[in-house]
Formats: sequence, C-alpha cells, structure tokens
Amino acid sequence: MRKKLLALSATAAVSALMLAGCAAPAADEGSQGLVFDVPEVPMLQEIGEPEGNVDIVAWSGFVEPAWSDKFTEDTGCVVNRRVAGTSDEMVQLMRTGDYDLLSASGDASLRLIVGGDVAPINTDLLVNFTDDIVPGMLGQLYDTINGDAYGVPIGRGANVLQYNSEVVTETPTSWDVVWEADSPYAGQVIAYDAPIYIADAAVYLMTHSPELGITNPYALDDTQLAAAVDLLKQQNDIVAEYWADPVAQITSFVGGTTVVGTSWEILRKLSADDRMKSTLPVEGSTGWSDAWMISSESDSPNCSYLWMDYTSAADVNGAISMNFGMAPANAAFCELNEEAAAHCAEFNALDEEYFNKVWFWTTPIEQCIDGRTDVECTSFQDWTNAWATVKG
Amino acid sequence: MTVNAPVRAPASAPAPVKAVARPVSTLLHRHRWLRLTGLLALPLTWLVGLYIVSLALLLVTAFWFIDPFTSKVIPGFTWQNFVLVFSEPAYITTSLRTLGVALAVTALSALFAIPLGIFMAKLASPWMRAVLAVAITLPLWAGYLVKILAMRITFTEEGFFNWALAPFGISGPGFSLFTVVLTLTYLWFPYMALPVYTAIRQIPVNLFDASADLGARGFTTIRTVVLPLLLPALIAGSVFTFSLSLGDYIAARFVGGANAQMIGSIIASNINLNPPVAAAFSVIPIAFVVIYLLVTRRTGALERM
Repeated sequence: MRKKLLALSATAAVSALMLAGCAAPAADEGSQGLVFDVPEVPMLQEIGEPEGNVDIVAWSGFVEPAWSDKFTEDTGCVVNRRVAGTSDEMVQLMRTGDYDLLSASGDASLRLIVGGDVAPINTDLLVNFTDDIVPGMLGQLYDTINGDAYGVPIGRGANVLQYNSEVVTETPTSWDVVWEADSPYAGQVIAYDAPIYIADAAVYLMTHSPELGITNPYALDDTQLAAAVDLLKQQNDIVAEYWADPVAQITSFVGGTTVVGTSWEILRKLSADDRMKSTLPVEGSTGWSDAWMISSESDSPNCSYLWMDYTSAADVNGAISMNFGMAPANAAFCELNEEAAAHCAEFNALDEEYFNKVWFWTTPIEQCIDGRTDVECTSFQDWTNAWATVKG
Repeated sequence: MTVNAPVRAPASAPAPVKAVARPVSTLLHRHRWLRLTGLLALPLTWLVGLYIVSLALLLVTAFWFIDPFTSKVIPGFTWQNFVLVFSEPAYITTSLRTLGVALAVTALSALFAIPLGIFMAKLASPWMRAVLAVAITLPLWAGYLVKILAMRITFTEEGFFNWALAPFGISGPGFSLFTVVLTLTYLWFPYMALPVYTAIRQIPVNLFDASADLGARGFTTIRTVVLPLLLPALIAGSVFTFSLSLGDYIAARFVGGANAQMIGSIIASNINLNPPVAAAFSVIPIAFVVIYLLVTRRTGALERM
C-alpha cells in the first residue's frame, strides 16, 4: 500500500506543479500531494508534570488492567477507560471534549483531524516511536495530514475471506465466491453490515471491472459508487446474513447459516472451530489500522503522551495486539519470545507484501483522495444512503 | 403546616367545622388553579421538559445541514433531508416493510392472546391459571437482547428448530423477515396477552350461558359476545405491540437475514454520520403511530379503555 501511495504522491505532486505552475506544497510521505484545510492546533512541545489521570476512548481490549495498572504505578496517571463499539461512536465521544485519547481507526481519524478535534503529535517526545514501527503503518493518509503526524500506530488487520472448509473444500483464490450470482455458495454468504463495506465491492471492481478506473476504493465518483452499489445489490441475492456484531458473525459460521464471507483473523480464532479457515484473495482486501490520537481539548496532555509512549513499547504494544488479535505496530515485539513470534506469524505482522494488498479503512470524502481533481467524489453520507438502498 | 394542637373539642356538642385550622387545604380549596398545578407539576415537567422538548429538538435537526467531511450538524433550514427520505425507493420499501411487520406482529399477538385468555379466565383451574400467568410474564424477566439471541440460536441453520423438525422433513424459515415477525411477537406478546386476559376475566360467566341458551355455539359466542367486549383491551394491547415493533431494529439485525432492513436500521446507521437524515426519517414511525391512534379513536375504543 505504501508503495502505491508513494508512486501516487509523486504523480500527484508532478501534476500539481505542472498545473499550478507555482511552488506546490511538498508532497510529504502519505499526504499524497493532497492538501487539506486543517484547523491550526498546536502540538505539545515538552512533557511536563503528569496530571494524575487520563481519559481514554478505546476499542474493547486496548486498555486492560494487565498493562494499565503498571502505567499508573510508573507515572501516577490513573487510566479511565471508555469502550466504544464503532468508529462513529468514537467520533461522537471525542467531540464532547471529555476525553484525552482515543484509539482511532482510519475511517474516524480524517473526520477528527479536519474537524479540529485532535491535535498533531510531537513524535520527538515519544521514546518508543522508533524505527521498529512497521513501515506500512507510518505516514498513511488517515493519520498524516499536510506532513503532520496525528496518530501513534497501535496495530492493523485485514478483512479476510473466511470459509468453512467442510463445505468449501478448496481454498478460494478470489472474492468471486461472495460477489457473483452464480457462486456455488449462494444463500450461504455473509457480508459486513456497514456503509464502509462498499469499499470491499470497490476493491473487487478494481480487478474485475478495470474500465471503471477505480484506483482507490475510498475515492469513488458517482459512476463508480453506482457500480459498487449494483455489485452489492447483486450480492444481496446470495447473502444469508449481514454482520455487524462479532458474536453474530461467529454464531452464523459455527451454526452453519453461512459458509463463506468476510471476517477478521481474531473472529476465526474466537470461533474455536477447526473447520474455519481464512485467506486473503488475489484482489486484495480492505482492512483497518488503529492509532492513538490526542484530543485538541485534552486537559491531561502529559499523561496522554506518557500513555502513548508506554503503549508503543514492544512488550505493551504486543500485549495489546495479542489481546485484541491483530498485527502489532512495533516489530520489535516479534523478536521477544516464541509466543510473540508465533503471534506475529499468524497475523502477518511483518509481511509488508501481505499488507500491500490491504486498503485500510479511510473516510470517503468529497475531495478525491486518489488525487483526481476533475471530479467530485462521494462522501460518507452518500455511502450511508447508498448502503440503505442495498438492503432496500 | 401550622396545625397547633388537637383542635377537636371534647365537649358533647359537635365542634364547628371552622375550628379545624388547615391553611394549606383551605388555600387549595379556594384556588382551583393551585390545586391543578400542584397535581400536575411533576408529571408535566417530565412530559414537557424531558419528553416533548427532547423530541422537538430531534425533529428540528431534520431541517439542518451536515458537513459532509466532519459529519458535524450545521443549524439552518432545508427540506433536503425530507426530500431524500420520501424520494428514495429503498426508504419507502423499508417504511412499508416495517409497517407490515408491525401489523403482522399485532395480528399474530391478538390471534394467540384471545384463545389463551378465554382458556385462562374461564376454563382453567386456579392452579393452571397461575402457572399460565407466570409463563406469560416470565419472558419479561429476561433481558431483551438475551431473548433475541435465544431466538437466533433457535433458528440458526443447525439450531433447535431445524433439528426438531428434521425427522418430518421440514426445514425452518432460517433468518428471514418471517423470523423477525416471530421474534417480535415473542417479545411483545405479554403486552397483548395481559390486557386481553384481564378483559375476559371481567366478562360475567352468565353472558356465556345466555349466549349458549340462545343457541350460539362456541365460535359464535366468541365472535358476537367476547370480541366486542374485548375490543378496548385488544386496542390497548395493539398500541404496545404495534409501536414497539415499529421502532425495533435489533431483531432485524440478529434474526432478519439479508432482506429485513427496518426503519430503525436506517435511523441507527445515520444517527452518527448524518443526524439530520436520521431525524427526518424518524418522522415516519411517528406518523404511523399517530395515524394508528386516530384510526382506533374513530372506532370509539379509546373512550372505553
């Protein structure tokens, strides 16, 4: 993915120079030559006296006593956790201004950055923000805007194709088994239940309908969105269920209602069912990448920085990723011990080839993030409306 | 209160009423508006302050704009959200589907509640009656989500339903709109069954005897005697089953399968990303309930409730 982005940013920067004929802002890594109008929010210059507590909005499993107790012991910062279930919920919670930190996925971060809800991060203050952070998680569009870093990477994962090997005896190489009307598993397919799933259709179309010219599944113009929605409607006929709740997904597979469909590695593991296998098909896939972000209204910036630093250390970052079931951001964890190495292998932590095929969730916005300037892309609101028509 | 001492005179003559000094009561007695205010202050604060105002605030949002990038609401005035809700075919099908589900749940609940109520009130032994009353109310003790997940496990492909019916070569409905109707009926049945049962209990037994004396068979008695007397209770119950089903979307999510999108599903998916559209869409169930209440009012049943 990063290579793709770099190539893109180069092209975008060149064309921007040619078109504008003036000094275009340097196309920093990951900004893809796109410049966003971001409110001026100052970043912390030095870490001062800890304030005594820090309020964190996080995914379930990111903030656990197993590692937060030691943090409190070390720094005197008491950790108050608020678990959120969706990215949208996280955005709402952060806008209340009551929280200092959040574990943002890519589909939440851009909204928060442009809305001025989060502050840029002074990475010089983070001792553990080192070269050990896997390259694929640095400088991505969703957390690095106009050259400023807004996120400290935690972990990442792909939306894989899971199948019940008792029914689907051969490993599917393509996503066609969940998209095409003549799928042998019609009526037993499970799909993800959220507007962001439109990107999965777009990823499939990138390979199978090249004439649409989709180069980034999160930058769809009206025609491309319509094509993705048509594909989703076609899929609707062969879908048994949509899942938003992880437990529902697991029971759907284990209960035999579905035999093939989109999943996360951790869900396959949690299902504790040897029949369930997963694969990353040739088309690639969507995925998610999470990073700590600090509120622009944080009243405990010092504790927040200490927390971001603490959780970026190899062992703590590894503990979080093992607990949640994802690839850790800190590669040094993989060398700690055998258990860690096994975890990294299972979740492809160091396999940049693997993650090169993964398009991490990003907020779709009107400005085309693939660099096109001649059309307006569709926003998340458009996607939400379109999603309602899929299940009509 | 400034009541001083026991005022009642021990004398044999009846004490004059005047002797009892109760300034608050006197004040309330003299001023009717004060009496009313005292009585209604608390419920009205609740109703207007919390209920109506929050609802109004929500509905006002329906006319506001949204920043497509940050999904923050911007106060203003536009009909665009309503235009979207009423022009998109998918939204209209979803509304009609939800209406259909709510009506089906209501009809099914009534269909189960009437015979059960007659049996419990008129035929069952006191012991049996107690057992059935507990059985009906028992599901109310369990959490709402627990019950939906229980239905999910029952109707899953390798679940209880298919397992139990497999010997007869029958396979269940799986996760579908029909399962949603069944689940919602299961959830809201007590709200229909209890008023119906209470109403039937209040029908004097001699009406059944009189009906039989006049030559009516069981079914005719139910149709011509029981049902008309039952109508207010049925409508009371149906207001619950109808409006509760109209707002539900969790059941659709867990047992609905691929094509069971409800009004609530769309509101839920918009509530964070696009609150104005969610607000505009929430007008539809409100309209359905108001129409339903107006229709039932016309039948005159509400007056007899």
